[in-house]
Amino acid sequence: MSSRRSRTRQPGCSRISDDQINDLVSKLQQLLPEIRDRRSDKVSAANVLQETCNYIRSLHKEVDGLSERLSELLASTDTAQAAIIRSLLVHK
Amino acid sequence: MNPRRSISSNPASTVKSRFTNGFLKALLRINRQRITSTTAYTPREIFRGYLRVKIAADVSMASAIGSRRAWSRAMLRKVRSHGRDGAQVRRMSFLAMRKRNLYGKKIKCVEEDVGCYQANVLRKLVPGGAAMDMCCLLGETAHYIKCLNTQVKVMRRIAEVFST
Repeated sequence: MSSRRSRTRQPGCSRISDDQINDLVSKLQQLLPEIRDRRSDKVSAANVLQETCNYIRSLHKEVDGLSERLSELLASTDTAQAAIIRSLLVHK
Repeated sequence: MNPRRSISSNPASTVKSRFTNGFLKALLRINRQRITSTTAYTPREIFRGYLRVKIAADVSMASAIGSRRAWSRAMLRKVRSHGRDGAQVRRMSFLAMRKRNLYGKKIKCVEEDVGCYQANVLRKLVPGGAAMDMCCLLGETAHYIKCLNTQVKVMRRIAEVFST
């Protein structure tokens, strides 16, 4: 964890304990494939946040790519896919 | 283990199945609109098609979560406020919003020891993140990542089925 400096108390801010933040950061850490596989002892919070941002960006890119692919597939296949969709709806 | 992800006896109650149903219905709607349109193959129409699918995916996921989470509420608010018609309106709004964020909105950072800059970057990525405090932001981010993973899995599966 990065060194604990005294937090500047600004008026009107909510008091969040360090433990709460640590807890949430470690929960995030579990979701990130990069850090989970690395198995390093201590990962700094800033590192976790950075990996989180990168991971979310890559997921967004994947969604973009899949959306493009799906719209192309919709445009190219015929009315047969309406039947496919109906069958999927039934099975799900 | 997140109970929402487990296979319950009533399959319609999982987030994944709600998202899949909603998204497939949206795809059907999009396809019907495309069939009736005469200019289906211009580059502009192709872009609109991609955008419609992307928005359908995001909205279906946010709807599957409903109002339980701040990020899903923020996303649904954003889409509804841009109106139902006009992918062009949405496209311009997305670009305008991105520009506004770049030329700064200075977001006050209170929690200095948790990577202030990264927290601000994260706020731009998570829907509704600008208004959240650190604690809320981290919790919402974790849930948002789980849902994005589900979204990607389902979309991949649908693309596989379509391409066979």
